[in-house]
Amino acid sequence: MNEFLRPFEFEFFRNGLVVATVAGALCGMIGVYVVLRGMSYIGHGLSHAIFGGFAASALIGVNLFVGAGIWGLASALMISRVTKRASIGFDAAIGVITTASFALGLALIQLFGSPGRDPDAVLFGNVLGVSSGDVWMVIAVTLFAAGVIFFQYRPLLFSTFDPEVAAASGVKTARMDALLMLVLALSILATMNVMGVTLIAAGVVIPAVVARLVTHSFARMLPLATLIGAFCGFTGMIASYHLDVASGPTIVLTGAILFSTVYALAARSRVKAPATPKSPPRKLSSV
Amino acid sequence: MSRSTPLMSIDGITCAYGGEPALVNVRLDIRREDFIGVVGPSGSGKTTLLRALLGSVAPVAGAIRRQKGLSVAYVPQVEAIDWNFPITVGECVLVGRSAGRILPWPTKREKAEVADVLERLGIASLENRHIRDLSGGQQQRVFIARALIRRPQLLLMDEPTSGVDLTTRHEVLHLLDELNRSGLSILLTTHDLNGIAAHLPTLVCLNQEVIGMGPPGTVLTPEVLERTYGARMEVLQHAGIPVVLDPYDRLNVVPIKPSHAHPRGH
Repeated sequence: MNEFLRPFEFEFFRNGLVVATVAGALCGMIGVYVVLRGMSYIGHGLSHAIFGGFAASALIGVNLFVGAGIWGLASALMISRVTKRASIGFDAAIGVITTASFALGLALIQLFGSPGRDPDAVLFGNVLGVSSGDVWMVIAVTLFAAGVIFFQYRPLLFSTFDPEVAAASGVKTARMDALLMLVLALSILATMNVMGVTLIAAGVVIPAVVARLVTHSFARMLPLATLIGAFCGFTGMIASYHLDVASGPTIVLTGAILFSTVYALAARSRVKAPATPKSPPRKLSSV
Repeated sequence: MSRSTPLMSIDGITCAYGGEPALVNVRLDIRREDFIGVVGPSGSGKTTLLRALLGSVAPVAGAIRRQKGLSVAYVPQVEAIDWNFPITVGECVLVGRSAGRILPWPTKREKAEVADVLERLGIASLENRHIRDLSGGQQQRVFIARALIRRPQLLLMDEPTSGVDLTTRHEVLHLLDELNRSGLSILLTTHDLNGIAAHLPTLVCLNQEVIGMGPPGTVLTPEVLERTYGARMEVLQHAGIPVVLDPYDRLNVVPIKPSHAHPRGH
């Protein structure tokens, strides 16, 4: 048996590979909106906040997916509320609320232990923790996210690109924001077993950033980021087995290598390309 | 519908942010084929007026009455646009048609409408270009196209010539004039008294309240401008168009002295 194909004999690996590939595609797809809306930090924060929900749900015996999901959404809403009510920035509110939630999760686990899943697997991702239930969970969330994006494609694009004009044009921008937050929270929950909450943000951001480097069209960036995410998940999972390293780091490192390569190639082509006329720098005109 | 019936009636609205008034008892009727420029200093409430017309700011007093079924489109300042956003000209125009379409791809009719509006604005060949890779005038045309694809009766524009060069300013002004002649009502805000405001049929001088309203020849007077800007300005007439002189010379501004830097090493 070829050493490369040996892990495919094991069911846990096949499950893990499917979950990692689908989860990568899901993260890549959602990541396009996260990156273009300048929400990379909230993706990072939300994944940490959800860890608090994971610990609390495990402790009180509530379904982890439901408990941590509600916790994540509540954190997102609290960030929005604190930012509106107090004169502190969005990034500072994320820093306070999500880190406090993460710290609460760590404290709860240290005090009472983790009756549910292995907290290390939740933090850093672990292919061994993937069950067939997780496979279906990731597939279901991916189908839900794809459905939301498909049926709300233009309103989501408009509210991402130009929220003020989108609202003036009849797009329910607050509804789009809430919908995106819900999809992001569900995606983090569904993928945290593979990526780990500490590394999910990179899994979300990297495919979108790589896709942005190679296209100027949103309609091409969305499927491209999805494919790149799936590639990173697939390759990272195989590397995880052969290197005996947790799946989260190998998936993220695959993405990082891809980013470095594409970035270097893009920089090289920019240097070689003839100068194209750009619009003049915009300055405010005098009164 | 007769021209005398207002598309939108602003009936004594007052808008405030946290108790601080931004607009006070503003009255204005916008009728079919009107082309109105709103001028005033920074913080005079121009943007708040646009937001109130769009419905994103609610007046604390007074009311805005819209004609039933009125379609309003908005073109923001180019400074508000994220020019690095991955979007082509065609995609940008198509998102203007976000309402009422569930599937992502455009219908044949929508494709034809996008092609038609781009052709009308003279940017048909740019459909697949990224929005950043255009000249200032072309960029402004893209966002006007995005507004026109909604087939509006009233076009609201925030500083359409802010930050553009002289040629682009002329280009945009002529385009808006053509659109207005084809029946579109336009209300825009501008800081440019001589380049834009003086050429429009109707001007509104705003400083929280309406200081003056009417043709530029009757509104651009030293008295109205002083009440609007808080500085005395001289107004000349050139070929029947008022020309506002910069008040800089009349202000007690201490000129910046050239620096007398010591040579290095001394």
